[in-house]
Amino acid sequence: MTAREQILDDVRKALRRAAGLPSPELPAPTLRIPLSDRNLYADLFVQKFENLGGKSFRVRNTSAVVPAIAELLVQKSAVASNSPFLRKCGITGLAQVHAGFTQRDDLKEACAAADIGITSVDYALSATGSFVLLSSPNEARLVSLLPPAHIAIFPRSRILANLDELLSILPRPADQTSSMVLITGPSRTADIEQILVRGVHGPGEIYAVIVDEE
Amino acid sequence: MNAPEADIQQAIDDPRLQLAIYTATGRLMDHRAAVVSADALPDYQALRDVANTIKKHTIENLDHYLEQLESNLIAHGGRVVYCRTGQEAADFVLDLAKKRGAHMLVKSKSMTSEEIHFNERLEEHQLEAVETDLGEYILQLAHQRPYHIVAPALHLTRYDVADVFTKELGVPNEVAIEKQTKMARSVLRQKFLEAEIGVSGANFLIADSGAVVVVENEGNARLTTSAPKIHIAIAGIEKVIPRAQDLAVFLNLLGRSATGQPLTVYTSFLSGPRRENEIDGPDEFYLLLLDNGRTKLLADPEKRQSLYCIRCGACLNHCPVYRKIGGHNYPWVYSGPIGAIITPQFQGVHSDTWLPFASSLCGACAEVCPVKIEIPKLLLKLRAEVAEVKRKEDTDDIERFAFQFFAWVATHPKIYLLLASLGSIFFPLVPHLGPLKKWASQRTVPEPAKQSFHAWWASRTARQ
Repeated sequence: MTAREQILDDVRKALRRAAGLPSPELPAPTLRIPLSDRNLYADLFVQKFENLGGKSFRVRNTSAVVPAIAELLVQKSAVASNSPFLRKCGITGLAQVHAGFTQRDDLKEACAAADIGITSVDYALSATGSFVLLSSPNEARLVSLLPPAHIAIFPRSRILANLDELLSILPRPADQTSSMVLITGPSRTADIEQILVRGVHGPGEIYAVIVDEE
Repeated sequence: MNAPEADIQQAIDDPRLQLAIYTATGRLMDHRAAVVSADALPDYQALRDVANTIKKHTIENLDHYLEQLESNLIAHGGRVVYCRTGQEAADFVLDLAKKRGAHMLVKSKSMTSEEIHFNERLEEHQLEAVETDLGEYILQLAHQRPYHIVAPALHLTRYDVADVFTKELGVPNEVAIEKQTKMARSVLRQKFLEAEIGVSGANFLIADSGAVVVVENEGNARLTTSAPKIHIAIAGIEKVIPRAQDLAVFLNLLGRSATGQPLTVYTSFLSGPRRENEIDGPDEFYLLLLDNGRTKLLADPEKRQSLYCIRCGACLNHCPVYRKIGGHNYPWVYSGPIGAIITPQFQGVHSDTWLPFASSLCGACAEVCPVKIEIPKLLLKLRAEVAEVKRKEDTDDIERFAFQFFAWVATHPKIYLLLASLGSIFFPLVPHLGPLKKWASQRTVPEPAKQSFHAWWASRTARQ
């Protein structure tokens, strides 16, 4: 008997179930999505995000993005994701920004050396101040992970109420991507004496740039 | 195994250790209380009920959900490997490492891997496994096991860490926590970039998606699962939940109960190797589904709820016993109240099984458990099982004689009354007598009433 057969067999014996038996219906999932004014989501997001130690910028349109973050990029090297929105904001054209990676090893090397990773987001969650990133040709995993700082630039319309709303839009995220990550604040640890330290493995500094117009 | 009384006494007598445990668990309790309050989360109690219902349902139909998980994960290009024992899990990884020519692997925090002594098994075959969670890394260097399910190095101070780093890494003695963290970051960063394999645990397995969910704060689990070319997740079979949408309930409870965070910093939802058009991520993805005794726990309809545990550690923080004796005096990697109920079930109930008795049954653990495991009830059930083993083995004659004697007295009213009246006369001596002396030294001994109920009743009837 293989390990698989034996474990499933032991489970069935313990539960007194026959093989191939379907499961009875489970009640529908409880998703609690607050009915609040969508225009307030950006304000709430900013409040939660800054409480976590992030810093945010609100700009009217895409042309205001580069001036808003220019100071962060002074004397720094950055890697940008392939998100079309970053191109639209003029990020990929900047001299200190490396972009357009399609090979894993090149990207890894660039991210390991960069000061800042710049991405967009697929969604943001106002209730918790979270970014949601789905791995795709536009967004690689390592850009928001290896550099010590992370800047996410996204239109206001991508801000959702909460995790429950995200899961109502994406009931099965694995159908679309091998990796969906929720990022809620800077990387942190409290493993030594429960003292909070930021930036242990992931970025210790995170920034959100929220653009009012698409 | 009898209780390690000398070690327990040593922990209780160590004021530095007592302060460390008390402070850390106290902080975790405060953080939790702030985010499950009626203001912060009005339907917290309702969420616990839903979580319990989903876990109960899943465990009772576990074979169905395991097969669903398996077929969905295979559809996304992953491989599922069932492992009866820790040895089978380690053998699979050793074999894969050999085939791929891997010499080193990075690991993110996984209690399941601690349970099966994963690192030791690999190191016997010269395969280096590097822990990357800061707390786990410190413990690996110090050759210690985790002190707590979510805060593994809770018992160590910055000075201890400085000594460990100096001894094991050859760095100057540095006591600033921020700098210690930077040192660990730079050593481990190199490991992440070089490792051929990343091994993670799993907080949840999602049947309807074929996915592994990992929550963490540091980013080491993201690096472990994203930087190397091979990702292996190790999880107990009980970690499965039916649907991704159920995460709305479980993620809401896990972070709050563990560290007081509405969501932990990183929640990774991972399914299979990188897809065709994705730029990075692993080329190979394996899920090791571990039994290691879990199917034994399933057979008892009441005790199987022990498998609902989501390893938040709240019961440890709130347990007056854990807070005094600390994590290393529990015989297995799982400490605190949850350890007290699952250790005897995994390792078998023997006449010297002491964990179920190391509890005042105060109920704090059950009150804070996010999935509502009835821990005190299970402790009592296990006590009964230990007593049954003793009865069969005839190992505890004095206790058996005492209860037989009591049963005889209680069924003979005249003798009962006689002994009761004698009892009230001799009662003042109790605190000074052998076995009760210790008990009485910590408590106010109740005084017997001047008149017994029987005497009062008799006089009342006589008056009428």
